[in-house]
Formats: sequence, C-alpha cells, structure tokens
Amino acid sequence: MSAQFKGAGGRASDAPHAFQAIDAHAAYDGVPVLNGVSVDIPVGQTMAVLGPNGSGKSTLMRAMLGIVPLTSGEIRIHGTPLRRFRGWRRIGYVPQRLTAGGAVPATVREIVASGQVATRRRLSFTTKADRAAVDEALDTVGLSDRAGDAVRELSGGQQQRVLIARALAGRPDTFVMDEPMAGVDAENQRALAGAITRLRDRGSTVVLVLHELGPLEEVIERAVVLEHGRVVHDGEAPEATGECARPGHEHQHPHPDPNDPDPSPADTGTAAEMIRLEVPRRD
Amino acid sequence: MTELLQYEFMRRALLAALLVGLVTPIIGTFLVQRRLALLGDGIGHIALTGVALGLLTSTSPVLTAAVTATLGAIAMELVRVRTRTSGDVALALLFYGGIAGGVLLIGMTPGASNATLTSFLFGSVSTVGEQDIWIVGVLAVGVAVVLAVFGRELFVLCQDEEVARAHGLPVRFLSILLAVTAALTVVIAMRVVGVLMVSALMIVPVAAAQQLSRSFRVTMGLAVLIGLVSSLGGLTTAFYSDLSPGATIVLLALAIFCLSVVVGGVLRRAGRRRTPEPLQPVPGGPADTMPQTDRGRVTP
Repeated sequence: MSAQFKGAGGRASDAPHAFQAIDAHAAYDGVPVLNGVSVDIPVGQTMAVLGPNGSGKSTLMRAMLGIVPLTSGEIRIHGTPLRRFRGWRRIGYVPQRLTAGGAVPATVREIVASGQVATRRRLSFTTKADRAAVDEALDTVGLSDRAGDAVRELSGGQQQRVLIARALAGRPDTFVMDEPMAGVDAENQRALAGAITRLRDRGSTVVLVLHELGPLEEVIERAVVLEHGRVVHDGEAPEATGECARPGHEHQHPHPDPNDPDPSPADTGTAAEMIRLEVPRRD
Repeated sequence: MTELLQYEFMRRALLAALLVGLVTPIIGTFLVQRRLALLGDGIGHIALTGVALGLLTSTSPVLTAAVTATLGAIAMELVRVRTRTSGDVALALLFYGGIAGGVLLIGMTPGASNATLTSFLFGSVSTVGEQDIWIVGVLAVGVAVVLAVFGRELFVLCQDEEVARAHGLPVRFLSILLAVTAALTVVIAMRVVGVLMVSALMIVPVAAAQQLSRSFRVTMGLAVLIGLVSSLGGLTTAFYSDLSPGATIVLLALAIFCLSVVVGGVLRRAGRRRTPEPLQPVPGGPADTMPQTDRGRVTP
C-alpha cells in the first residue's frame, strides 16, 4: 500500500493510473446516467465508489470496463484508451450477481478456472501453473474444500466468493468489484473483507462499488461519492451518520448460512436489529 | 443387428444418426447455458425455407438449408442486439418467417408435394443419400473444430456476457459464431429428425444430463452419451417396429429424461443423507427469527 495515495483524492498525478475517466457521459435510452465524471485511480489504490441508488456508480464502473459505452468523454485503462486496450489479463472483474451459476450445472472449480480465459491461448491445455492459480484463488476466498461442488448448491455469500475467486484466477493486478457485499451474510462479509485486504497488501489496485462501507471501512483508502451522475465527494471515506453510524448496522439481511458450520449467534447480530433491515435495491 | 447393416440406406442412416447424436448435445449445452434453448427451433424453421429453395432451384437442399440457416442465425443475433428485441421475440419472428417462406416456396416447386414437405418437417433419415452424408460429415467436423478452438470463450460468454466483455473477449463475434454453429448443427440434424423436432436433440439430452451432474463438463459428456443412445437406439427401434424414426428418437430421449429426473432425485437425497447439514435452526438462537431460505439462494 502506498501511503502517498491515502486520501490524496487523485492529486498524485505523477503516479501511473489504473483507470482514468475524463469527463465521462453515459446514458440509458437517452436518460443521462453519468454527467461528466472525471476520476483518476492511481495504481495500487483501494478505492470505493459510493452513492445512493441510481447515482450512476455501477454505470461508472461498467463504463470503465467498456461494458457500457460512453456518449462522450474518455476512459483510459493503464494509460491506454479503452478502445485500444488489450491488457485484459490485468483486469479482474466481479459483477453484481446474486448467483454465480448459469442454467447448466457447473462446479466451483470450473467457474473459477473460467476466469483465466483472457490469460490462456486458444487450444492450449491446462498447465500446472493454471491449476495452481485456481487452487490459490480458491484458497484466498476459503473455498478450497468446495472445489468439486456444484455452484448452485452454495449459499449466496459463498457464490459471491466464487465470483471473486474467478477474478483472482487470472492473477490480475487490477480489480473491479460491483457490490461484492450485497446479499452476503456477516460472516461471509468478513471473509470477503479479508480477501480484499490481502489483495491491497499485495499491491493490487482495487475499485469497489459499494452501497455502504461496512466491514470494508478500514481497507478503503479513498472514496468517491456520486450523486445524479456527478462526483460530489472525492477523498477520505465519509463519516457514516445517523442510523448508519450505529456499530454493527447492516444494510443487508444477514441470514444464517446453512453451509457454513456453526453460525454463532454473534455473527448474525441481535434479533431486534434484524427486524428493521434495509435491503439495497439494485440500480 | 446384422440384418440392420445389410441395407445400404440403413448404414447411411445409422452414420447420420451417429453424427447427429454426437454433435447436437454439445452445442445444445452451450445454448441451454445461454438460455437460448429455443434458438435451434427458430433456426430449424428458417432451414425449411432453405430446403424449399434447394428443391426449387434443383440444388442440394442440405446445402441451401445450411446457407439460409446461417444467414438466419446471423440476422437473429443482429435483431437481438440492434433492436433490443428480447431473445424470444426475435426467435418468434424467425419461426414464422421461416415456416411461411418454406411452405410458399415448396408450393411453387413443380413436382414437390405434401410428402416432400412432410419428409423435411418430420425427418426422413432413410432417404439420406451419399452426398448428404458427406455434407453432414464435413459440417460435423466444422462444428467440432469451432468448439475445440473457442469452447473456453464460449463457456464464459454463455455464463455471463458482461464478464466476457470485461475479459476483452470479442462478444459479438462469439455470439454470431455460436449462432452459426447452432445453425449448421440444425442442418445436420434436420435429415434425421426433421426441422420441427430438431431442437429436441439439442435440448432434451442436456436437460436429462443436468439431473445427474454437478459439473459443466460432465453434463456435456452425459448429454452426448444420451444423444447417441437415443439417436442410434431410436433409429434401430424404428427400423424393427416400423415406426417414424424422428419421433421414435425424440420420444426415447424424453423417456431418458424422465428416468434421469427420478435417478437424479434419488442420488441427491442419498447425497444429502451422507453429509448432514446444520439446517435446523438453533432453538432460541437468532436463526429462529429468520425466514428460512432455499439453500444457494438469496431472497431479499
């Protein structure tokens, strides 16, 4: 982790950038979603994009990866304009999903290994190094013992960890994660926070779209807050206020995970807390 | 069995059924994964127009069907992306255009009758000629090569198109490649089961294999096995019992599906008994206050 970036708010202009959005505009069906967003993300930074539903935070992230086209402005990845960027093996993307599986059953290992699609040549056989990378990714998210299980048999939180392991399997150095904590119970949230901390310590760039900081509060070096498609805050993570500041407050619905052994009462919070929970809507 | 192989037409028919049973479930696995299970049906209808075109112009119907089905598949992919029509509506457009075009053109063909139409609608594996076998063989090799080279990328595409894009994969090219490969597969299978049932050989073996497997690779392998058993078994049964080969093949595949639903259920129950899971809420604990959700699902 580079201390110079802490709260630098993108002022470290001499450092190489993992992502640069320059006056980015995007729209869905003519409705503007991004209204001129400019953000520089230096290499090695752990950054959160925050904002209410519909603020454009997910769209910004997807635009940075070329999933959503810009109507005007520019995106650069590792210094290269998006259109000409070819170093996709450096990018690990964790989409916002409730489930990791498709319509056909697939094992945890199959899904995780598919994350190597950008690093492996066509018609190549799986090498020892490929397999080791998958093992390592599974180990990082703590799912080594579930490698042969069908993904659809795992809990939501475990499936989210599978998606993160898939992003890890190609050994990228730049991660983009869209609400990795949504719909994940408290214990899995801590496991995820641990995995993200290890990525940061390894020197990776980590960009997270989050509904709230939650257990990631200590990991995040910088927060960009969007509102109506514009940056309204860029710098230190904002202090949580009111209801959200209460320790242990959860926006998600934490539920005991039947697949995790011994869900201790401390993991799921008090019963009173669980009753008035807010579930983040997906934008 | 020896009696079966005495006839030239049966040897050709068995060879065609073998190729079809081998190739269709593989491409079907990708289509099911991509939730485009009915794509084969749409393409089959388009292929009928191609067949009629071949009859009208006295060229090989399999060849013209291959060309028309390929163009139709590309058109459907473009319609889906460009007009933001949902996949099933785009398919419906294909269905009706294809079948209407086919019926119209066959009506215009001198010497073609309802029997000609029926043979393509429901299959006529016993009339497969030497030229057809060659075309079917070459198409099957082509499909196999495409899957060997692009299989890994197609898996990611069918799993999650957005992730495929974020990996820098050529999403549009791969989508069209999959649609075209499906189109060629449909044409291969068309002679055996007919355009109306062609999709069954792509989908039913996969649906059956899903019941018994937890991995993509195993599902595909099992689907191929089931596809081969139904196509070869169905054809043989039809020969000895004087039944319609296409219908026999499809019904056999459906019977295997029913069987695997039962077997899969028994296997899953046995598996659950072996590894008991702490599903019971702890009395008085916080789990008591939670609504019980399905395993592996998040219900907000």
